Amino acid sequence: MSAQPEPGPTGVIHDIGYRNYDGPRYGRQQIARALFWHSLRGVYGLGRSGRSKVLPMLLLGVMCVPAFIIAVIANVGAIGLDDLPAPYTRYAVMTQGVLTIFLAAQAPQSVSRDLRFKTIPLYFSRPLERVDYVGAKFAALTVALFALLAIPLLIMYIGALLAEFPVGEHTADVALALVGALVFAAVFAGIGLVIASMTARRGFGVAGIITVFALSFAAVSSLQGIVGEIEGDMTAAGWIGLFSPVTLVDGFQVWVLGASSSAVAGPPGAAGGVAFVLATFGVIAGCWALLMLRYRKVFAS
Amino acid sequence: MPVIRTDELTKRFPGVTALDRLTVDIDAGVVGLVGANGAGKSTLIKILLGIAPATSGRASVLGSDVVTNGPDIRAQVGYMPEHDCLPGDVSATEFVVHMARMSGLPADAARERTADTLRHVGLYEERYRPIGGYSTGMKQRVKLAQALVHDPTIVMLDEPTNGLDPVGRDEMLALIRRVHTDFGISVLVTSHLLGELERISDHVVVIDGGQLLRSSSTTDFTRNSQALVVEVTDRSDDVVAALAEAGLTADRDGRHILVTLTGDADYDVIRSAVARLGVGLIRLEQRRHHIVEVFGEERTDVGAA
Repeated sequence: MSAQPEPGPTGVIHDIGYRNYDGPRYGRQQIARALFWHSLRGVYGLGRSGRSKVLPMLLLGVMCVPAFIIAVIANVGAIGLDDLPAPYTRYAVMTQGVLTIFLAAQAPQSVSRDLRFKTIPLYFSRPLERVDYVGAKFAALTVALFALLAIPLLIMYIGALLAEFPVGEHTADVALALVGALVFAAVFAGIGLVIASMTARRGFGVAGIITVFALSFAAVSSLQGIVGEIEGDMTAAGWIGLFSPVTLVDGFQVWVLGASSSAVAGPPGAAGGVAFVLATFGVIAGCWALLMLRYRKVFAS
Repeated sequence: MPVIRTDELTKRFPGVTALDRLTVDIDAGVVGLVGANGAGKSTLIKILLGIAPATSGRASVLGSDVVTNGPDIRAQVGYMPEHDCLPGDVSATEFVVHMARMSGLPADAARERTADTLRHVGLYEERYRPIGGYSTGMKQRVKLAQALVHDPTIVMLDEPTNGLDPVGRDEMLALIRRVHTDFGISVLVTSHLLGELERISDHVVVIDGGQLLRSSSTTDFTRNSQALVVEVTDRSDDVVAALAEAGLTADRDGRHILVTLTGDADYDVIRSAVARLGVGLIRLEQRRHHIVEVFGEERTDVGAA
């Protein structure tokens, strides 16, 4: 915010004394909504210092580059493609590195500051309840991550339309991919917030999130490679996918949205599909429960 | 109707009882809550805000029960915590605007009230700079501003003078007094220093070990002394001798003479004795106690009991 210009020497400052406030006062729901918008803007550095905007905006740009390249390739007549070079549902898996960095940088920004500066008691001495605070933070980060995925998906979609690929088919595909993006966003936000809320130190939060996402994906995909391609047991390889957030939601997309798997192996059979769906919702619900538990402790202290 | 009422309020933590069947009514005005560190002051405030549950007993703020009406109460109450609670990387204006919105004010009203409130607590140009660079005194003002920005009916200030130098302390105390006299907001202010609350409170509640030691108006606290202060223009020693002759217990205390009061007739006896000696009578008044002395006596009583 810029400083308001001070009145010049022509004016006289009168002390008008204290004025009581008798305007409207919003209830819990609207306060929670205000906190949601404040947090969402905060994730992208809006309304904060210029320096805070650099990283999220840079990562948003980086996220859009592959989509832009895909859209351009689709429109180069000489190549003569009749479909996009990569399906919409694979985009999150392709760009998971950028997503993870974004999450690692912005989840601690969203919750660790309140813990580090001990600002939490000021929220809890206001009408907000614990569920409102956790809900606003969770929703804000989910929406922020969803936007990070949805914008490149829409760039790809516009590219497909310009290349005069079948409109109906692409509209249906991108709609399903947006649903998948929302699930990706919720799972990433949940895990990111749980890790970030454990520590008041921002650095620990950043390191923890990167470690969990990168390690779990590296471990799962190399195990899947060994079990599936070397041992030839694709069923066991499929089950292993449950243990990393990226392959988990990828399996969800395969089973619920009919996408092709971007991992070594998708969920094995109907039982596998159901397990992936349940595990996906289980992770989101589990993160919610852990956050509520965590803030009960913060709340009471 | 009292603004705060507690009934047999008890809070136990594992191994320690923070509040022990505390029953007290607190009226509008500036009320000082006094007790040593660990006496249960902060615990009481947290229960009143509905942040921490009581183990047993009841409490109400502004006529609403703290357990069932927490959000309603918190909409009308301002709270200034004892500890540091300000983010260092935003300006006072940004921070207080956000806190006003978190109290339910619409965006425009939040901005307007923030500008007003920061001016009232004495923050001017500095309010656009990040809070991280503020002095302790300025931070305390920001903490007070966020508690006042939504124009609450009552504010609870937990050790607002902590960490301030003597000048900053005086300014903060004057500001707290103004919160009631000029802004019309009731104040519950805690301190472990009795002297400072004596200056600004209408009423003082003393708790110790989670129990109510005493609750009475500041004037009650400081009146009721059984000593008269007599000051004369000259010949103090002769006056003491004359008073002793007249049957009173009198002692020199520096320039003053202290006389133990036994009844209203003593005033006439002193006046006549001084007049007979032909010296001028400058002062003849009941000596006022300081809260500290009262507190000291009661602590001794409690210790003996």
